[in-house]
Amino acid sequence: MRTLQNTFFISLLVITGLFAEKPMKFVDTGINPSTWALVPAGEFYFGQHQHVVDIDYDYEIMITDVTNRQYANYLNEALEKGTVYIKRDTVWGYHPGDPFDAYLHEYEIPAGDYPHVPITNPGLRLDYEGGMFNPKTGYGNHPMVEVSWFGAKAYADFYDYRLPTEKEWEKSARGTTTDDYPWGNTVQRNQANFVSSHNLFEKMFGDVVKTTPVGFYNGKNYDGYQTMEGITPYGLYDMAGNVYQWTGDDHPKVHYRYMRGGSYQSYEYSLRVWPRNSAGPEHTSMSLGFRCARTPVQMEIAPTDTSE
Amino acid sequence: MKKIKDLFHFFFQSTKGLILLGITSISVITAVWGMLSGPMVEWGVRDFVVDLLGMDLQSVERSGRIIMLYHVIAMIVTAIEVYMITSIVPMRRHQRANINNTITVGWITTTIFGLAFGYFGHNYFYHGLFLVGQSLIFFAGLLLTAALYPWRKHFLVEDKEYAHTKSGYDLERMAFFIMAVSMLISAGFGAVTGSFWSNGHETFLAEDLIRVPDKTALQKAVIGHLHIMLTLIAVAITLIVGRWMDFKGKLHKIAMPTMMFGTAVISGGVWSVVWTHMAHTFIYVGSVFVMFAALLLVIYSWGKLIKDRTAELGLENPTFGQKFIALFHDPIKFGPFWQMVFMNFTVSGVGIFMAIKLEQIFRVWPAREERITLTGHWHILSAIIATIILMYYIDIAGIKGKMRKWLGWTIIIGSDIAFGAATIFSMKRLFVTEYYQTPVVNWTMLAMDFGLGIILVLVGGILIWRLKDLFSSDGLWSKESASPELDLERTSVLTQAGRDAIKKEMEI
Repeated sequence: MRTLQNTFFISLLVITGLFAEKPMKFVDTGINPSTWALVPAGEFYFGQHQHVVDIDYDYEIMITDVTNRQYANYLNEALEKGTVYIKRDTVWGYHPGDPFDAYLHEYEIPAGDYPHVPITNPGLRLDYEGGMFNPKTGYGNHPMVEVSWFGAKAYADFYDYRLPTEKEWEKSARGTTTDDYPWGNTVQRNQANFVSSHNLFEKMFGDVVKTTPVGFYNGKNYDGYQTMEGITPYGLYDMAGNVYQWTGDDHPKVHYRYMRGGSYQSYEYSLRVWPRNSAGPEHTSMSLGFRCARTPVQMEIAPTDTSE
Repeated sequence: MKKIKDLFHFFFQSTKGLILLGITSISVITAVWGMLSGPMVEWGVRDFVVDLLGMDLQSVERSGRIIMLYHVIAMIVTAIEVYMITSIVPMRRHQRANINNTITVGWITTTIFGLAFGYFGHNYFYHGLFLVGQSLIFFAGLLLTAALYPWRKHFLVEDKEYAHTKSGYDLERMAFFIMAVSMLISAGFGAVTGSFWSNGHETFLAEDLIRVPDKTALQKAVIGHLHIMLTLIAVAITLIVGRWMDFKGKLHKIAMPTMMFGTAVISGGVWSVVWTHMAHTFIYVGSVFVMFAALLLVIYSWGKLIKDRTAELGLENPTFGQKFIALFHDPIKFGPFWQMVFMNFTVSGVGIFMAIKLEQIFRVWPAREERITLTGHWHILSAIIATIILMYYIDIAGIKGKMRKWLGWTIIIGSDIAFGAATIFSMKRLFVTEYYQTPVVNWTMLAMDFGLGIILVLVGGILIWRLKDLFSSDGLWSKESASPELDLERTSVLTQAGRDAIKKEMEI
């Protein structure tokens, strides 16, 4: 039995070895990930059944997911300030805990230190060398992945931002329409990064790289590959596909954190604006990132940061 | 004109024709609707089919469409089982005719208007007739329950090898009766919830609610409904194939009460999910009894296959090797019971593992992964039931010789490759990290498509053969018309009391 088991795992390793990753080339999308969009207060249609919900305040939200470059910069600053630390090949940080109601199957999250980023996970697109984090070659403007909810929240807290609530996230994706997708009621294969679009962009990125640079689907032509504009009514990119995004709410009695937007692994129905995914807050994945929201500040000129 | 009349008679009046009609309908629906998802989307097949048939697929209505499709297929499977039950459980001829006619009109109406409503545009007419069809099926269920009523002296067990009470009442009939009653009550849980649709109840897929801590009573009712209906369909097919194998003797006498008790407890457990968190305890207890009864059937059937084949070869003291070869001689009869065993690895085993490791593993995974495992789990169970029905049908159609072996082994191997691959796919996180999953995903998807594809091709072949046969004036269909009922041993016989009752009715 043991021999059989070993043979099975060795075979898997051999097969997986055949799919080793090739070096990644940097693709400039021309979209600045440091830009924020203003979402005005007001009602919108929430969920599959389109219940009218009011968000009675303005807020701003990043027009793209947080990139590997942005997160690497944050980690370097946070390590220096001591808000996070590295232990057992993982970035850790403190979380004050969630209220616990002892509900059936409730997931208890007491105060303590929790993992933010698994450094040695091969899916992570950051290198850690000489005490510094840097994006792997070509991945600077891809979304930050393999980051737990704790890691996403720590990033937001560090800059006085926050993770968007589910409602804020959905309003940002849908605007005040009743559309299924951020731009209408259908999705094209060159409009978002999802399962059906793979064979198109894999020609550019290879078949192991699954994420696309943030803002990739903006109508631009990349060496003959013409994309459609996959943009929300408020000007956000990647709100359908590419990577799931953590949202900020703690759901009482369960403490899962909800993820929205679908990813490169998803079929098109998961890219609609309302389907939920969820996981424990320490979960990390190659198909999971985040973006931040904040209370509106005075209009500022965002520094251009499209570099690798 | 006579030929059309004869064909009509075959398809709507003979059990064998009715079963063929049901299997054909499911096959066509599976073939066409199977082109709307999975790799067919990427290959552009879905768009072609949608344009060709003029389907109206609004993304926001996807959940509702899927619910309609599930119901349509489930109704036809239920009808096929009812046709089998009315043929193998002794009952009055007019009862059989009434039940079969009612359920046939029911499932055809449900199918046409359910699919029309789900996929070709909404109107009250379509939805109303979809409900009329389901109501007819429910009414047929009431008639079936009345016909199966076991505490009547009209049909009693004569051959004491069959499970019976001291008074001679047939315990297998009672097992069918309890299954039918449970199914009627369980249907009510769906119907009550459905009646609130657009009136406080919103369409949902159960797998989308797995992590909602506080579900409404109606949501719980629907979740219970879909679980118990599939379970009872599985119980019914187990009893049916047991009769096909002429299940009798000591094991039958243990299995029937066990199955009756298990069916009642598991049904009660599922119904109680609306009111209590304790429901799962009842469900586990009931499941153990139902699965134990199925295990006894497997033991009996495999023993019988070995015994019959070695006797056929004239082997008085067969060796272990000869017994082993004898077991695999007829894949069409070996297959259904192998599928019941295989089910433990791909359905029950996975389910139990999930229940035990829920907190440590599955609730840590993303909901979408847990969802894949759950939906895979019950899709596999449904497909296993379908393969068992298909194998029984191949026997009913009288396919013999090499073709029988080819068909049997293709169904077993094709389906088990697909179900095994689906299980590995759904559990891949347990043994491969996400970064290395691409090849596992690709290979398992390929294996699933290959396994299911080969079975669909095989079913297509059988149906083309049956279609060709319809053009022959003295084809298999005419023989089946002449001998419309399933050829097997029945557990009970018409008694003098039964004859007297019939005579009295005739006089009235």
